[in-house]
Amino acid sequence: MARKILLEHANVPGIKTYEVYRKVGGYASVEKAIKSMTPDEVVEEVKTSGLRGRGGAGFPTGMKWSFIDKKSGKPRHLVCNADESEPGTFKDRYLMEYIPHLLIEGMITSSYALGCNLSYIYIRGEYMWVYRILENAIKEAYAAGWLGKNILGSGFDLDLHVHCGAGAYICGEETALIESLEGKRGNPRIKPPFPAVSGLWTNPTVVNNVESIAAVPWIVNNTGAEYAKIGIGRSTGTKLISASGHVKNPGVYEIDLGLSVYEFMNSDEYLGGMMDDRPLKALIPGGSSVPVLPAHLIYKTAEGEDRLMSYESLSEGGFATGSMLGSGGFIVYNDTSCMVRNTWNFSRFYHHESCGQCSPCREGTGWMEKVLHRIENGHGREEDIDLLWDIQRKIEGNTICPLGDAAAWPVAAAIRHFRDEFEYHVRFPEKIKNRDHFVAEPFEKVKHLVAKEVI
Amino acid sequence: MEISHAKQVINIDAKLTERINELLSHYPADKKKSAMLPVLHEVQDAHDNWLSIELMDRVAEILEVQPIEVYEVASFYTMFNQKPVGKYMFEFCRTSCCAIRGAEDLMDYTCSKLGIKEGETTPDGNFSVVGVECLGACGYAPMLQLGDYYKEHLTKEKIDALIDECRDNKVNLH
Amino acid sequence: MKVTIDGQEIDVEPGTTILQAARMIGGESVPPAMCYYSKLKGSGGKCRCCLVEVSKGSEADPRPMPKLMASCVTGVMDGMEVKSISSERVVDARKSVTEFLLINHPLDCPVCDQAGECDLQNLSFKNGSSKTRFIEEKRTFEPENIGPNIQLHMNRCILCYRCVMTADQLTDSRVHGVVNRGDHSQISTCISKAIDNEFSGNMIDVCPVGALTDKTFRFKQRVWFNKPYNAHRDCDKCCGKTTLWMFGDEIQRVTARKDVYHEVEEFICNSCRFDHKDPKDWVIEGPRKFEKDSVINQNNYTRKLDTVVIETEKNILLGRDQDRKKISMPAIPLKKEEEQVFKEGKV
Repeated sequence: MARKILLEHANVPGIKTYEVYRKVGGYASVEKAIKSMTPDEVVEEVKTSGLRGRGGAGFPTGMKWSFIDKKSGKPRHLVCNADESEPGTFKDRYLMEYIPHLLIEGMITSSYALGCNLSYIYIRGEYMWVYRILENAIKEAYAAGWLGKNILGSGFDLDLHVHCGAGAYICGEETALIESLEGKRGNPRIKPPFPAVSGLWTNPTVVNNVESIAAVPWIVNNTGAEYAKIGIGRSTGTKLISASGHVKNPGVYEIDLGLSVYEFMNSDEYLGGMMDDRPLKALIPGGSSVPVLPAHLIYKTAEGEDRLMSYESLSEGGFATGSMLGSGGFIVYNDTSCMVRNTWNFSRFYHHESCGQCSPCREGTGWMEKVLHRIENGHGREEDIDLLWDIQRKIEGNTICPLGDAAAWPVAAAIRHFRDEFEYHVRFPEKIKNRDHFVAEPFEKVKHLVAKEVI
Repeated sequence: MEISHAKQVINIDAKLTERINELLSHYPADKKKSAMLPVLHEVQDAHDNWLSIELMDRVAEILEVQPIEVYEVASFYTMFNQKPVGKYMFEFCRTSCCAIRGAEDLMDYTCSKLGIKEGETTPDGNFSVVGVECLGACGYAPMLQLGDYYKEHLTKEKIDALIDECRDNKVNLH
Repeated sequence: MKVTIDGQEIDVEPGTTILQAARMIGGESVPPAMCYYSKLKGSGGKCRCCLVEVSKGSEADPRPMPKLMASCVTGVMDGMEVKSISSERVVDARKSVTEFLLINHPLDCPVCDQAGECDLQNLSFKNGSSKTRFIEEKRTFEPENIGPNIQLHMNRCILCYRCVMTADQLTDSRVHGVVNRGDHSQISTCISKAIDNEFSGNMIDVCPVGALTDKTFRFKQRVWFNKPYNAHRDCDKCCGKTTLWMFGDEIQRVTARKDVYHEVEEFICNSCRFDHKDPKDWVIEGPRKFEKDSVINQNNYTRKLDTVVIETEKNILLGRDQDRKKISMPAIPLKKEEEQVFKEGKV
């Protein structure tokens, strides 16, 4: 069994309540930090741990903390990004639903490290029942003296509240999240200034993912050096992976970074192999925004090395033959799924979620969706495939926030690795009339129809 | 553009006012606008799950902002309805992870059972079926959101049972 | 601080943006700007037309910036080197953005009052392609009446947010804004409220396209048939310095004075703009000059023309039903009987 850091107590009965959580050693990190450490020492521990942001970008958390502007003397804020909306990702919800106090403990310790006296957890509005669980847990923490004025007699004050969104993927982008927390439309801000200098109400602000903050208590209790021992290379610690799609055991798993993709996919401790034992066709390892991997690049990199669940190994080969760990949304596709339909599905998602502020994303996402919809429904033209490639290329890198890139990458990767499927859709429209066209006749069986002619 | 001509009986009672004040207390006194999303949620829940212009105007008064600022926000977020919706709104996730596990078939099944198309409400105003984007339950697909709760690992039988429970008023929405 | 743009060096104050520095140099290197407006705080960064390549970050940190930067919101650093027209990437990005802005924009320049003074027209003249690759139907919006002075034509809007900022910064209460999201975002009051503030007319001047035009001038004249004059009057609300758009002895339109980047020099009040159309109200200073390639320099009219009446105006405005959906949450239409119930408010 792999070590559990975040989910260690997830199965303890009643762990949702303060009493049980406290009984298994909860809130120890707050005591340790406040009583025996300076805020800078806590930041140092997190730096040493090598913990990288678990929301998707993988930026070192300790480094992000050290950027917060302490000179201006303005109030500082820590905002927890619980707006988990990346398709394929549902790990934060699991943490908050089952061990709400772990996040609250992490928020207190982290707020202490950053010198914040007013912090927020921004949770997506659809998780309304989790919002209530957190509200309740925060009330318990206030009652037990972990929040409020003069915590543990140290003179450190902290108010923590939970704030709910209302259905907008874009609010997972940190500046859009801040706008939304200010009661506005979730339009990302233009950076610089970065939130660390001017964030919530123009005060210095740090925005961290739920999982990153939930790892802080363990790091403070056991030291950053211990945390850094887990994992592989610069991918330290454990990571929650949310697995979905055509696998036997979908769900949330905590793994040591560096586990091989093969073992994660096939061992009974984790996913237990493919559902109905059908062949594996494609994998998206880090949420819908990262490039899809075709079967031959999943277990081995292009160099022939074992593919591991780590930031480095998953991106081995760049976008040509690799992908990204992203948020850990592990989506598995078998041979019945259609990559064109799937790409259209994601394009619809990004079109729906574009905030509409900058022109490449506002116009480009809709255009891609329309072209993909045409191809998927048998009205594609041969030149549409190149057109799609060109549209995604023109969105990528030219937008205010990363949503443009996130919309472009899946399309690029699908064309790169599954171009023959697009050609099949264009050339044999009668064969793809039904949306489950590859269920009865997987693409493998008809692939020869679009094979390059050898003279 | 006119959002809605429909009228709504507005009733911001003592209990709701108390809750709104509690939410307002979470933000600095001069940042009332920050409470916009939580307040809109509460107000919408208390008013048949939709927001009329009049209701949004009241929220603007409470938050001390211009009405347009509330319209701008309410129209941006998918969870705020600016037209009346069915009492039981089945919001099916139809993004990839759910779609490959049969969400589309299940949505079609529900629609045909209720005799409506996606995006419509039954004539008695009881049911709406809407396709929405990823709800963060990918491993428990197919699923739908009903009120504040998720119904996961759905099958046709579970849909049948759920519709029956709704008809018998046995479903808790909030 | 020294900054080099396309090989031309200039000394600027700290806090200057790349775009401002480029405008000081002038010429071909000046990036186009559809959303940035120097007189409006917080504008810029949205249209992505002014992307430039920063090939050297600064003297202290000479690394190039990996992404193209929006020059209107990126401050210069000492020793920075910027490529605008000299970078293929930049030229390509400008073409891309132009294409994106045009895919849903109606090609109705022949009936658009903005034609001749339209930034999008200029942008596509320089960076556009003569062919379209967009074979889908264009997006349209339902028309909305926002009062007797300003004509809103949402289909032409490129969402620069300038009019929203104008309302925020010049008027005491904003009644219009951007509603809905994604490519269904639109400028609206939501309740067809008339925008009648003393300075609301400036929204027309800041609009880079024909989305907001002067209703009192609607279909009266092509701007290049007008003779523009600088004029002023004593006004207790604004500076009173305007441009009069004359046709013979008739003042057909009054606008603020715009510089070479089509930004107003000073904002004017609605009274000057809409209520003073008699030449006797004004002291005429002399002809207004425009940049040399502007079509307005034509000014070649010889005889009095009749007012143009466009029979299909209603259809031009109307658009299609199927487009009028809210993208974020589809509006669920009411049944006849429900409508009755909701109208009476007996839910």
